[in-house]
Amino acid sequence: MAKEKIDRVKAKEQDPQIRATNFEEVCLGYTLEEATREASRCLNCKNPRCVQACPVSLKIPDFISHIQQGDLASASRKISEDSLLPSVCGRVCPQESQCEGKCILGIKGESVSIGKLERFVGDWAKDNNIKLAEPQPYNGHKVAVVGSGPAGLACAADLAKIGYGVKIFEALHKAGGVLQYGIPEFRLPKERIVAREVENVISLGVEIETNVIVGRTVTIDSLIDEEGYDAVFVASGAGLPRFMGIDGENLNGVVSANEFLTRANLMHAYDKDYDTPIYVGDRVVVVGGGNVAMDAVRTAKRLGSDATIVYRRSEKELPARLEEVHHSKEEGINFKMLTNPISINGDEKGWVKSITCVQMELGEADASGRRSPMIIEGSEFDIECDVVIMALGTSPNPLISATTEGLNTNKRGCIIADDEKGATTREGVFAGGDAVTGAATVILAMGAGRKSAKAIDEYIKTK
Amino acid sequence: MYKITQKKDLAPNIFLMDIYAPRVAKSAKPGQFIILKTDEKGERVPLTICDYNIEKGTVTIVIQIVGATTQKIADLNVGEELDTFVGPLGNPSEFIFENLEELKDKKILFIAGGVGTAPVYPQLKWLHKNGVDADIIIGAKSENYVLFEEEIKKVSANLYIATDDGSRGFKGLVTGCLEDLIENHDKHYDVVISIGPMIMMKFVALTTKKYNIKTIVSLNSLMVDGTGMCGACRVTVAGKTRFTCVEGPEFDGHEVDFDEAMRRQGQYKTIESRKAKALEEKRKGHKCKVGLN
Ligand SMILES: Cc1cc2nc3c(=O)[nH]c(=O)nc-3n(C[C@H](O)[C@H](O)[C@H](O)COP(=O)(O)OP(=O)(O)OC[C@H]3O[C@@H](n4cnc5c(N)ncnc54)[C@H](O)[C@@H]3O)c2cc1C
Ligand SMILES: Cc1cc2nc3c(=O)[nH]c(=O)nc-3n(C[C@H](O)[C@H](O)[C@H](O)COP(=O)(O)OP(=O)(O)OC[C@H]3O[C@@H](n4cnc5c(N)ncnc54)[C@H](O)[C@@H]3O)c2cc1C
Ligand code: SF4
Ligand code: SF4
Ligand code: FES
Repeated sequence: MAKEKIDRVKAKEQDPQIRATNFEEVCLGYTLEEATREASRCLNCKNPRCVQACPVSLKIPDFISHIQQGDLASASRKISEDSLLPSVCGRVCPQESQCEGKCILGIKGESVSIGKLERFVGDWAKDNNIKLAEPQPYNGHKVAVVGSGPAGLACAADLAKIGYGVKIFEALHKAGGVLQYGIPEFRLPKERIVAREVENVISLGVEIETNVIVGRTVTIDSLIDEEGYDAVFVASGAGLPRFMGIDGENLNGVVSANEFLTRANLMHAYDKDYDTPIYVGDRVVVVGGGNVAMDAVRTAKRLGSDATIVYRRSEKELPARLEEVHHSKEEGINFKMLTNPISINGDEKGWVKSITCVQMELGEADASGRRSPMIIEGSEFDIECDVVIMALGTSPNPLISATTEGLNTNKRGCIIADDEKGATTREGVFAGGDAVTGAATVILAMGAGRKSAKAIDEYIKTK
Repeated sequence: MYKITQKKDLAPNIFLMDIYAPRVAKSAKPGQFIILKTDEKGERVPLTICDYNIEKGTVTIVIQIVGATTQKIADLNVGEELDTFVGPLGNPSEFIFENLEELKDKKILFIAGGVGTAPVYPQLKWLHKNGVDADIIIGAKSENYVLFEEEIKKVSANLYIATDDGSRGFKGLVTGCLEDLIENHDKHYDVVISIGPMIMMKFVALTTKKYNIKTIVSLNSLMVDGTGMCGACRVTVAGKTRFTCVEGPEFDGHEVDFDEAMRRQGQYKTIESRKAKALEEKRKGHKCKVGLN
């Protein structure tokens, strides 16, 4: 019997004009009533296409049917079988190209709002202190995890659940990786969500030691040889910013998105109680089209500047999540597509005054199917601005591979690790997340952490 | 949390602190630095490691009060704790990887300026311990600002002092003193290692270029994370962009674009001076209250 047709339930959002001036979360999420209504749209498919498109094969129809029955505790337990970070993934997964992109309802109409439902359940579980696992008695084996981003947290939690003594070493002064320093408050609240996700992991008995840089403060070898860890999981992310190599890139006022976002998020520069300085001009140009670029440009806007995205392909190719592009537009961000910078120009004191760009057009599709942008001759023009933020992508930091004998990397600087287990070229050392794949997504990083947790357990048991 | 175990004034607005940070103490090498944050809301500031004691688990830093954060550090006392103290960062001085015998044959001169004298000390100490002699010129505003003189005397071959006002030693800049040593005292050097204000290192490099002496400088660019993540610390060396925190802090002084480096250092000046003023007001307010009680 066909279900009664209900329109997709839209989650409430802060008014664009108001939110463009604050750092509160943009999307307010579902109420119980809204979640129940949205959940009722799901057909509980026998062969769910959505599940195939989720990188961790979250049991989507199952958790949604628990919502339909009003049993949120079971919904949250069902999710926790596959994901440890529902409140995070529900907010930041690129759902349109994953779960929701394949939802059967999406063929003719609008897909189920899987992400928003997942977020609802995750937040509900937190607000209601639902314990998903208890700390286990120590099994006598220690594992060190490098980095406290999604990959590290997931691996640590899974190992702690089966009795390992796990310690995470984090270079920065706060745990969470990109969730803490990169993704802004208005998309992923730090205290309400990230800190509590981290607390959950700690409540399983995982220790987190911040301010330890593996490769400098300690090394992988010293962890194994001197501190007695049986295995190490490297989840150090891909934090190294790229620059374009064009003229004027070292002028005052040119920063990487990482620097800008770290100052704003991790160091709370937008909050005047904090000491961190941030330089936000009247006019900011952000170069790039990914999530990082959207986050930087929206942060600049919130700090009071006129903010523009410059991207060399067309809007269709923007790699950022659809929702973020949409939100950015609502907030009044300018988009200059098919535009590529060729130089940055400074005033007599060495501060940015404009950026020279060229107009691009898309050529034939290359082998990868992407149409590569080509310069239109004679199309140079200047955009006046006083800050330029480079959001061109990042690559893994070489610090760990350079200081660990036998830990090999590929041409792109990514740690070589097998897909199944995350085993690296060095015995006892596993790796996963952005450190292995290059900049990717939260859910992939989390999935990699969980796979390696299993592999590390097998490795230690058979050692 | 990282406890302050010692605090000592060295000169007007310059003081020393020992911080309990056993992991840093254990791994520290000459030439490296740390990043600290006083409290939850503080800013991350880089400071050079001036000494380390593995047994006590402490690291010595020497700080000059120049703005809000360094003032906040100065306001802390023994027994209080820092929120963050991470390191050692950056690469150790190049010479610790060199062949000792070859090193012993080299005539090394350190040129230190102001608070930059403190970070020279662990380098000299390391060399001295390994049987390598080195000379040093310490430059200071005046007699009162000469740091670590006693300590440095013990680990250096010849110690020269240059003061701006001539209240001690050579009257004039360190570059003048260097020229004097070479021109009038028949001194010859193979390597100069210079640490101090950017402007001083710039002129040291210009001077040594004249004499064709290899010169290493230790750059103190602005930093945030200190791990290569942000690029705030980028400098141009031999025409290429380099990250001071992971590829430095030491570079070939003849290849550094000092003008750019100095310009980049001033990026947050207006914002910072506003902050410093606010802190000053707060501190004054504090004093007033005490007065009233
Ligand atoms: C601004 C921004 C926005 C993003 N938006 C999205 C989004 O909307 N959706 C999405 O799915 N993905 C998004 N991503 C990507 C996603 O955040 C990452 O793919 C994910 O965080 C990778 O997880 P990870 O655990 O591998 O590494 P990270 O999250 O990078 O964590 C690595 C951690 O290791 C620490 N570390 C590094 N080196 C060392 C060392 N030597 N010693 C000790 N610790 C070390 C780092 O400080 C860091 O805390 C975004 C990324 C950025 C930067
Ligand atoms: C690798 C490295 C090692 C350092 N070692 C030491 C040390 O051993 N002892 C010490 O006292 N200082 C050292 N510094 C400098 C120190 O970090 C700065 O003085 C400090 O960050 C200033 O913070 P503030 O908030 O007090 O002053 P701010 O308000 O930030 O700045 C006040 C004034 O100082 C200038 N300034 C800011 N940062 C720097 C900097 N990095 N270098 C030079 N001038 C700056 C500003 O332009 C401004 O004019 C080092 C810096 C680096 C990068
Ligand atoms: S984890 Fe991400 S992809 Fe998987 S169901 Fe949740 S939102 Fe969709
Ligand atoms: S494909 Fe859509 S309708 Fe079917 S189970 Fe998944 S979410 Fe429900
Ligand atoms: S301080 Fe951030 S990259 Fe050097």
